[in-house]
Amino acid sequence: MSSSMFFNVAMVTYLVSTCIFFAFLASRSKAVGLAGTYAALFGFLVETAAIGLRWKESYDQGHGHAPLSNLFESVVFFSWTIILIFLIMDFKYKYRAVGAFVVPFALFGLAWAQLSLDSGIEPLVPALQSSWLMYHVITCFLGYAAFAVACGISIMYLIRDKMEQNGGSAAAGGMLSMFPAVKVLDDLNYKAIMIGFPLLSLGIITGAAWANYAWGTYWSWDPKETWSLIVWFVYAAFLHARITRGWVGRRAAILSVIGFAATIFCYLGVNLFLSGLHSYGK
Amino acid sequence: MNTTKRGFAYQLWDFFCSLRLSIFLLIGLALVSIIGTIIPQGNPPQEYLQTISETKFKLYQQLGFFDMYHSWWFILLLYFLTLNLICCSIKRLPRVWKIISEPVLVMDDRFETSLSITRDVKMTGAAASIKDQIVSFLKQEFAEPVVTEVNGEYHLFAQKHAWCRLGVYVVHFSIIIVFIGAIIGSFAGYKGYVNIPEGGSISRVVTRNGKAVDLGFAVRCEKFSVAFYDTGAPKEFKSLLTVLENGQPVAGKQNIPVIVNEPLTYKGVTFYQSSYGPSDEGASYHISVKNRKTGAATQITARQGERVALPGGAFLSVMEGTADVRPFMKDFDGPGAQVEFTPPGGQPQPFVILGDKYQSFNEQHGGDLVLTLASLDQKFYTGLQVAKDPGVLVVWLGCALMVVGICMAFFMSHKRLWARVTDGSVTFGGSASKNPAGFELSFDELMQKLNKG
Repeated sequence: MSSSMFFNVAMVTYLVSTCIFFAFLASRSKAVGLAGTYAALFGFLVETAAIGLRWKESYDQGHGHAPLSNLFESVVFFSWTIILIFLIMDFKYKYRAVGAFVVPFALFGLAWAQLSLDSGIEPLVPALQSSWLMYHVITCFLGYAAFAVACGISIMYLIRDKMEQNGGSAAAGGMLSMFPAVKVLDDLNYKAIMIGFPLLSLGIITGAAWANYAWGTYWSWDPKETWSLIVWFVYAAFLHARITRGWVGRRAAILSVIGFAATIFCYLGVNLFLSGLHSYGK
Repeated sequence: MNTTKRGFAYQLWDFFCSLRLSIFLLIGLALVSIIGTIIPQGNPPQEYLQTISETKFKLYQQLGFFDMYHSWWFILLLYFLTLNLICCSIKRLPRVWKIISEPVLVMDDRFETSLSITRDVKMTGAAASIKDQIVSFLKQEFAEPVVTEVNGEYHLFAQKHAWCRLGVYVVHFSIIIVFIGAIIGSFAGYKGYVNIPEGGSISRVVTRNGKAVDLGFAVRCEKFSVAFYDTGAPKEFKSLLTVLENGQPVAGKQNIPVIVNEPLTYKGVTFYQSSYGPSDEGASYHISVKNRKTGAATQITARQGERVALPGGAFLSVMEGTADVRPFMKDFDGPGAQVEFTPPGGQPQPFVILGDKYQSFNEQHGGDLVLTLASLDQKFYTGLQVAKDPGVLVVWLGCALMVVGICMAFFMSHKRLWARVTDGSVTFGGSASKNPAGFELSFDELMQKLNKG
């Protein structure tokens, strides 16, 4: 069995999980919601096995490095971290409807990686031959994943908030009735960012430490560095908005969505559109 | 006049204390930072003029867009942010400090209504004995309480992690420390770049600002090598460096391998493997010369550009060469050189010679002689990034402080418990600085334990 087959199984499972979560919104049956979570958990375990297998394959080919070195591997890892953060929040707070808006992110990631990215295992170029690679990539992607979860929750907030303002009450709203109340969504959004922000900060710090070790400068305003700082600024603004009157709720949700858009640009846009030191992902 | 002045000072103070300013500055910094990621920073003017018009170029130059992270207005925004977080901290810190250092010890009726969690518990016995019971219970399960007696009632107060309320200020302070480290680095440090040919040494570095800095010691490049994977991707760039003091190698700093991700540091100056290239002095070519008629063979060595006499009165000079001709000649590999061969009394003839794998190719030229390129010694130079940054430790201190502060501010909660003990009953009150729902759960657990005990 190759890792690629496992990745395919994980991808299909995330698709199934997404469908179940939408069925849960429609059916309002608790058992269906639980099934969605179990499907996501199964997909997560399969994907974990796939990543482990790919790691082993890289040793079999004589390269021997963690699967975190190119665009394919990072997108796969991103989808894995999204499901990880989602499962942690799901087991802790048990708001199943969130799955319908978060699991698709992981599904898109894995599908994109499997269907159109080059999955070849390449040896590490000199710049990446450092144990900082693991610390830096893992902290950054766990942070990104928490922001993805926050973004999914914020989209739910904005939908529900809009519906309620248009006069539709929650009970009458069909699918909407399974959404947590806006206050809960606001709180969940905050909790996800409370996970993401420390991890992003750690990611930036480990990146700076590595840059200082490898290039002799901890900060050089390279587009990737600058965009990570932009993301940090946006979520710092979000955290301060939480304790400022008039910024809670809708504006906080919008900031969270903007923050995730900036995160995605930091992760992908910089490599695709701008030039700089982080060009391994091309 | 005086009052308006005072009024203005207060307004200015309020302005810098406001959270709205923080949000505005953070979003503003995020937005303007985008400019410098779209416009390449620090390129020579000609490169910009190839893509944008001259009026645009002048405008951008005026606005500092070509080095925007060091432009006056960007630095000003950073100063505003620093001022803002200092003022916010000064304004709020005393209040927070009071909560920590002078906790409310007595839960009276008015204070009780302000708490979100309260529970009444019936207990048997007089107030004094119940008090002792609760004190030992709280000591075991939560934290040691402070007991205050008011009108025959006992008031207990216990708290956990009070200092985590300072987390936010630790983070703010850490940002200032990072800035201080950056400022130290920009004044007392430098960044530069040197090329050292194999066998050569340097003792001066030209910084990015164009200033020449004397190192006070010298660095010699003993050897440079580059290794490739089978795929052709680079595997390792390695320089062997020796530090020299007064021309003498320093013990323990000889032939130190420096690769990407493994720099060499000496006296606060660090050398990073950054690039490489063929050295100016050119390669040496080992060429075997065979006489077609007699079969007599000799070996000669020619430096690039040097005119060498060959047996029989011919001359040869090597124009250029490479250790691997693949990129230049399809279907060939190994070493190759562009030579100019002058037969005795004849005109110079330019042609290419290859390794001994390609005898028939080499036999096409050379008159009486067959020239084969046996090997070549290519000399390299190594390109090293040189940096001295005495502020970097301060920056790491700031980063460490930031991590500590974030952990305090994000993952810890100041939990407080009050108990008012009267004959036959206890009223509990509780509050937490974060996650009230989670605190209520652990509060209820505590109450259950008390009932069982």
